[in-house]
Amino acid sequence: MATAQASEAETGTIVNDFVLHVATANGSGSQTSNMVLLRALFGMGIPVSGKNLFPSNIQGLPTWFTIRANGDGWIARKQDADVVVCMNSETSDEDVATAREGAVLIYEDTLGLADKRPDCIHYAVPFKKMIAECCPDLRLRKLVINMLYVGVCAQLFGFDMEEIKKALGKQLAGKQKAIDINLPALEYAYKWAEENLKKSDPYRVERMAANDGKIIIEGNAAAALGLMFGGVTVVTWYPITPSSSLCEYLEEYLNRFRMKDGKKTFAVVQAEDEIAAVGMLAGAGWAGARAFTSTSGPGISLMNEFIGLAYFAEIPFVICNVARTGPSTGLPTRTMQGDIISLFYASHGDTKHVVVIPSTPKEIFEMAGEALNLAEELQTPVFILSDLDLGMNYWMSDRFEYPTEPFRRGKVLSSDDLEKLGGKWGRYADVDGDGIPYRTIPGTDHPRAAYFTRGTGHTPQATYSEKPTDWKNNMDRLSRKFETAKTMVPKPEIKDDGHAVGLLYFGTTHEAIREACVKLDTKHNLKLDLCRLRAFPFTQEVEDFLHKHERVYVVELNRDGQMRMALNAELPRFSTKLHSITHYDGMPLTADEVVEALVKREREI
Amino acid sequence: MAGTAAPKPPETNRVGLQKKDYAGSKSTLCIGCGHDLITARIIDACYDLDIKPEQFVKLSGIGCSSKTPAYFVSRSFSFNSVHGRMPSIATGTALANRSLRMIGVSGDGDTANIGIGQFAHVMRRNLDLVYVVENNGVYGLTKGQFSATADKGSKLKHGAVNHMHAIDLCALAVELGCGFVARLFAGNTKMMRQVMQAAMAYEGLALLDIVSPCVTFNNHAGSTKSFPYAKDNEFALQDIGFVPAYDPQYEEMDHGDEREITLGDGSHITIKALEKDYDPTNRIAALNLLAEYHESGKIPTGIIYINEAEPRFVDQINMCDTPLSRLKEDVARPSKAALDEVMDELA
Ligand SMILES: Cc1ncc(C[n+]2csc(CCOP(=O)(O)OP(=O)(O)O)c2C)c(N)n1
Ligand code: SF4
Ligand SMILES: [Mg+2]
Repeated sequence: MATAQASEAETGTIVNDFVLHVATANGSGSQTSNMVLLRALFGMGIPVSGKNLFPSNIQGLPTWFTIRANGDGWIARKQDADVVVCMNSETSDEDVATAREGAVLIYEDTLGLADKRPDCIHYAVPFKKMIAECCPDLRLRKLVINMLYVGVCAQLFGFDMEEIKKALGKQLAGKQKAIDINLPALEYAYKWAEENLKKSDPYRVERMAANDGKIIIEGNAAAALGLMFGGVTVVTWYPITPSSSLCEYLEEYLNRFRMKDGKKTFAVVQAEDEIAAVGMLAGAGWAGARAFTSTSGPGISLMNEFIGLAYFAEIPFVICNVARTGPSTGLPTRTMQGDIISLFYASHGDTKHVVVIPSTPKEIFEMAGEALNLAEELQTPVFILSDLDLGMNYWMSDRFEYPTEPFRRGKVLSSDDLEKLGGKWGRYADVDGDGIPYRTIPGTDHPRAAYFTRGTGHTPQATYSEKPTDWKNNMDRLSRKFETAKTMVPKPEIKDDGHAVGLLYFGTTHEAIREACVKLDTKHNLKLDLCRLRAFPFTQEVEDFLHKHERVYVVELNRDGQMRMALNAELPRFSTKLHSITHYDGMPLTADEVVEALVKREREI
Repeated sequence: MAGTAAPKPPETNRVGLQKKDYAGSKSTLCIGCGHDLITARIIDACYDLDIKPEQFVKLSGIGCSSKTPAYFVSRSFSFNSVHGRMPSIATGTALANRSLRMIGVSGDGDTANIGIGQFAHVMRRNLDLVYVVENNGVYGLTKGQFSATADKGSKLKHGAVNHMHAIDLCALAVELGCGFVARLFAGNTKMMRQVMQAAMAYEGLALLDIVSPCVTFNNHAGSTKSFPYAKDNEFALQDIGFVPAYDPQYEEMDHGDEREITLGDGSHITIKALEKDYDPTNRIAALNLLAEYHESGKIPTGIIYINEAEPRFVDQINMCDTPLSRLKEDVARPSKAALDEVMDELA
């Protein structure tokens, strides 16, 4: 018999504003259940986000999924959950002990948790007994048991059952057998809750209409779509969390939409390691393909030699770094903005790279296609800096717009062009004064088309040279090219209301910062201007922003303030204005952390 | 009346090019280096096979050997990449443009040491590539350290002895499914000339492991990769002929006891076994042969293994015939309906 211990929260009702935290074991099929809850909320028109906190393990270790539903559209991570569902007996003691004061606890009633945390609202549910009653197949019970908490939550918080069913149908699309097993369990639990639980918590969901024209998507899938519609032709990859699903999605979409007469108008190759993956890109980009790979920090480290060669030999390709925490394995399933320096200045010698930095799925969709353009226009490797939070978590987004702009393939000389030039051209000559040379592509049918590509010093005519002046002139031209890049990369998003204090940030801290700014303004009367970086090199707008503000806080998810270091390096005259706010425990940023840090720092000033 | 004879028109091949059109820049290798002999045979083969330089690409890693693409066919694109990674460059190039003919030049250090991983995987993929290893048992460019193909017991110039087993790239290639494996000696011009053409005509990966002495660092007594050692210990397995596809003589030739292999482009390789009858289409026999000769210290040269059955990499992955580099937007960007379909699924 379920008990519901009353608490002071019994008074009011809280509509469309809660954080639901589900603790399960990895590989137990809970992902489907969590996605059903997430999608049902989304279907009810309530703004929502889903973050998966999973172990580096395939089966058995604890995993948590956090859903935040918020009618006002605040969907960043929040530290404390309002509702905790404990399905994992291994962690339930701790899950209950660390719940916030007054939280709602839903757990298996044989776990003996009723006496713990008298400050909380308890719903003890006989999940094990129920699953025996509603799932005849013994082998399936371990998986289907997770549908029971969906039913219980749906009933307790007033989910629309039609939306739940629709979500289940979507999640198990095409698998009628699975639906036939899971739906009865879900309905059984709903009915059980209706008959046995006395509602004693304040949380309720109500239909609203905030999600019209919206989708739910992971950043990795969004990037994959952007690349496909951006005309990617050669994809190489070596599996590494959290980037693997990007290329897996990409291959899936390409197989679906880019077949012609039964053949592939693309190539996807699983390489033997990241060195081979990037080597293949160098070959493919050199020979005229729109080439792409995705990886994470350890892969970037392995790719470094080729990245430098491609910078110097001026070969286009795109690498998406879906960043994770720490070196080597580090925390492979947690998030970090820790690869700023290692990307911006990757490789040896004088190198610096063009990096685009998306914050949202829609932006990574657009920037992925744009990165393919920039790489070919600038004839250089271009990086997309994503992270686990964007790549693998579930985000609401506006629908993506179909790109209509033609592919920009840069300065490529055809055999006709060469004929007109009388065969006179120099692969590394700066004809237009923008630092970007012209190139030919292997296979161009002209006796003067070919040139020799190498990492050693070369003249504007691409001949071998060890002359100091040739080397220096070439490096200076590459600098000019980087200056040109400043005018081409995505500009920052700036909100400038003339306040003295600025906040500079980038990537997935976006939602937390947005929420924090409102809190800082309304609760602490702290007003800030904002600059969301969207690319490296830093554009003129970034300089102007730093120039105009007395102090600028740089918020980032790493210990040493790597973006601030890069700002210091590139724009040293502003270095005394920059202050770091860093967060580096592997978890996405919360608004409260930003508020707390800023209030404290501003008080100290 | 004395007239001047009309000047003899220069000799050209079937695409109208002279031998000099296949020349490269002047070699900067040491005089007498084995690698230059191989360069000369590559030029011959390109001329003899009527290769259009515009359709040909040259790829390499790093080393003296990897510099050599600069010394042949200057009219072809070339990529001198990074140490040990030529196979990945070649793979990417083929993915971008499957219509290009490719030669990859590497060294024994470039392949058997730093590049052994990429070597193994490109063999497995059966990329359409002529993979030349200019094998001198040492790192020439870094001044004479042992490479992984140095035989056990062989000595460096200053006397240091190699105690480790050598990696036999031919054996490894056979094991990994390579369909054309030859061991050659740079000093055996006649055999190199035939086999180089055969390798270029072959559709799939052709490995040429060529003993190519380093006259500066590994040509002394105690080396098993020196000119004198290779001359004394080469054992030519076969008398090999190559007949291009267009040559009408083939049908009329007396093939006697030769083994004939017809390649995908219609050209023919004729293989006449010398001494014992060796079957180069038998994988197990190939591995046994390599092991036997290795024990004896002899260098068996010829076509160690040949097999035509394997599909090429670009076909394994079902890539379209149009080079991906030439795809236009109407093919490379799916329709708006496709995006709408995905958006509806995610809504
Ligand atoms: C990553 C890296 N490590 C080391 C080197 C230095 N290096 C240049 S060539 C070479 C060895 C080349 O030996 P091999 O492939 O046998 O060519 P050879 O000069 O004998 O023809 C080495 C170690 C390098 N260029 N790159
Ligand atoms: S050092 Fe050896 S391998 Fe290099 S060029 Fe000289 S002879 Fe050839
Ligand atoms: Mg060598």
